[in-house]
Amino acid sequence: MSKVYIALQDNDESRYIVEAIEEDNPEATVIHMPAMTRIEAEGFLAVKRETVEEKMGRDWDVQELHINLITLGGNVDEDDDQLTLTWNS
Amino acid sequence: MAAKKLNIKDKYRLLTRDLDWDFSYQDRSKAFPFEEFEGIKITDWSKWEDPFRLTMDAYWKYQAEKERKLYAIFDAFAQNNGQLNISDPRYVNALKIFLTGVSPLEYQAFQGFAHTGRQFGGVGARVACQMQSIDELRHVQTQVHAMSHYNKFFDGLQDWSHMHDRVWYLSVPKSFFNDARAAGPFEFMVAIGFSFEYVLTNLLFVPFMSGAAYNGDMATVTFGFSAQSDEARHMTLGLEVIKFLLEQHEDNVPIVQKWIDKWFWRGTRLLTIVAMMMDYMLPNKVMSWKEAWEVYFEEAGGALFKDLARYGIRMPKYADVIEKEKEHISHQAWWTFYTHGHAAGFHTWIPTDEELDWLSEKYPETFDKYYRPRWELAKEMEAKGERFYTKALPQLCTTCQIPMLFTEMDNPTQISYRDSIYKDERYHFCSDGCKDIFDEEPEKFVQSWLPVHQIFQGNCGGPGVEDILRDYYQMNLGADNMDIKGSPDEERWKKWKGVA
Amino acid sequence: MPVHAITPDYTGDVKDRFENFHGNQVVYVGWDHHLMFCAAFAYPLPPETPFRALIEEVMPEGFSLHPEWDQVDWSKTTWLLDGQPFEPQMDVSIQDQGIGHKSLLRFQTPELKGYQGAGV
Repeated sequence: MSKVYIALQDNDESRYIVEAIEEDNPEATVIHMPAMTRIEAEGFLAVKRETVEEKMGRDWDVQELHINLITLGGNVDEDDDQLTLTWNS
Repeated sequence: MAAKKLNIKDKYRLLTRDLDWDFSYQDRSKAFPFEEFEGIKITDWSKWEDPFRLTMDAYWKYQAEKERKLYAIFDAFAQNNGQLNISDPRYVNALKIFLTGVSPLEYQAFQGFAHTGRQFGGVGARVACQMQSIDELRHVQTQVHAMSHYNKFFDGLQDWSHMHDRVWYLSVPKSFFNDARAAGPFEFMVAIGFSFEYVLTNLLFVPFMSGAAYNGDMATVTFGFSAQSDEARHMTLGLEVIKFLLEQHEDNVPIVQKWIDKWFWRGTRLLTIVAMMMDYMLPNKVMSWKEAWEVYFEEAGGALFKDLARYGIRMPKYADVIEKEKEHISHQAWWTFYTHGHAAGFHTWIPTDEELDWLSEKYPETFDKYYRPRWELAKEMEAKGERFYTKALPQLCTTCQIPMLFTEMDNPTQISYRDSIYKDERYHFCSDGCKDIFDEEPEKFVQSWLPVHQIFQGNCGGPGVEDILRDYYQMNLGADNMDIKGSPDEERWKKWKGVA
Repeated sequence: MPVHAITPDYTGDVKDRFENFHGNQVVYVGWDHHLMFCAAFAYPLPPETPFRALIEEVMPEGFSLHPEWDQVDWSKTTWLLDGQPFEPQMDVSIQDQGIGHKSLLRFQTPELKGYQGAGV
């Protein structure tokens, strides 16, 4: 299975998003680089609104992810509750 | 009763799909005249998926927020004399290449997506292209704003759009985009939306920008990442367009494969300059070009092509050559610019001893064997007061327009020469990849505006090289070009830093 | 199909045809396994130029910067013209010995291995 990945700017908001991703995707690897954080996982990764809201302590719209997003790899699917990345093989 | 908040999917349907109209009294094919000539068959545009389901209202909201954050950082950078905090004045030369070579491509992308979006019959694709077009315009604007601060303190940034149109090495990026924009809308999408955005821009905007941060350049890393946050959407559009084309009709598969072969090759040639920027122009190193290539091309691209295999799509042609080239191209490119340092709009230099050792460590198979000796020779000549500047003009590849500097990968001291005869004229290429592209569409590439030939034809002023550099390229000779040693850039830096 | 265009029977303007070079033809010259010079050099030359003039008057400015240039023995040098073995005739014009517009000449000096023997 190939790796999907997402990279976020290293800032205050992203730290909560990264925490949420780590909690929801225990298999994911978090790599810290200058000014950015890259998270990769085998085949599937989810960013869940509920978990991010819990970490941030406020409402969070999944589309707010765009503000801190640097890049991603994998087939994207986004709805009101989550953004997922998938490779089919 | 308060209106119920729409969920993303409903909102996307209402604000995108339901805005389209049917053609009741006009011929639909006349409204979209570019849709068929490339041979692509679309049976149902409604099958188009936009996974982000971004509507225009949300687009403006989030883009505005990105801009506010970005310009706050530009302000802070300027107010705090951020240019003094960069690692080394050599670093700024990478920005000069960026502003003259890359930012104008953002503008070309803006124009290309505006045209392409207009020509697509499906409303989902049209809206996505419209957003990308506006994004690209934002990118060129933010890049110009970010670098305008450096322009106050460093040479070589003053005339970037003029230089993009004229300077010999900038014909490489310019002609790359001209080729894509002169193609039909579907080829443009595979070229720029898919091949370029999905795999190749990552190499520029992620590891290189991380390198900018590591070299103290807050303004650049911020516009880079801000631009790249749009790229994540563009990458997704690029992947969706490929899947859509492949699902629409089986006849599309070989056409798309041919475009993938062409544009991955063209893209890797174009990225040679990024390879050189990463290995030679970032004084503080994050990762080598080879390492970045392995993560973003081999790993990410490999995953992508594995995923596309179910449609009958294979890895781009010459992927095996591309894999070997990661060991060589950054060194071959920097040597070319070093030896043409009198004709470049930025400064060049011999890597320091520490940097040479870093290159040996990162390229154990090739650096000491093939490339260190070149720098030993350059040092020897410099020590004698004969800094090496080449004295004749190089042969160029007709397709990529890069000097014919690439070598055979199984014989790295031998230049790779290929040629074709078309209608009794001979054309030269740096590689099988560039030759194939010409042979597929010779009537397009016989029109290549090759700077060396244009100089010989008298179309660039002259006749002397200095006249061309000064009058036609509008370089400030002695300030913009030549070695960093003894340059006004270096003198000013020393003065600011209080070193002799 | 020589081009994929929306315009029927589209043909391109050949930018580099001989007529555009004011009487000169372009000749490329490369020294194999000597990568101090990153690429072959391009020269605009009158077709009547004798081969000897190419070697003695045109090439030295660019090539003589190489530390091995003075050791090149032209009687032992081998040549390729557009990929085919070629024996230049010193006092015959380039045009009259088949060196065409945009021809590539490569020469080999197997006894000279480049700076530090590294093909540089």
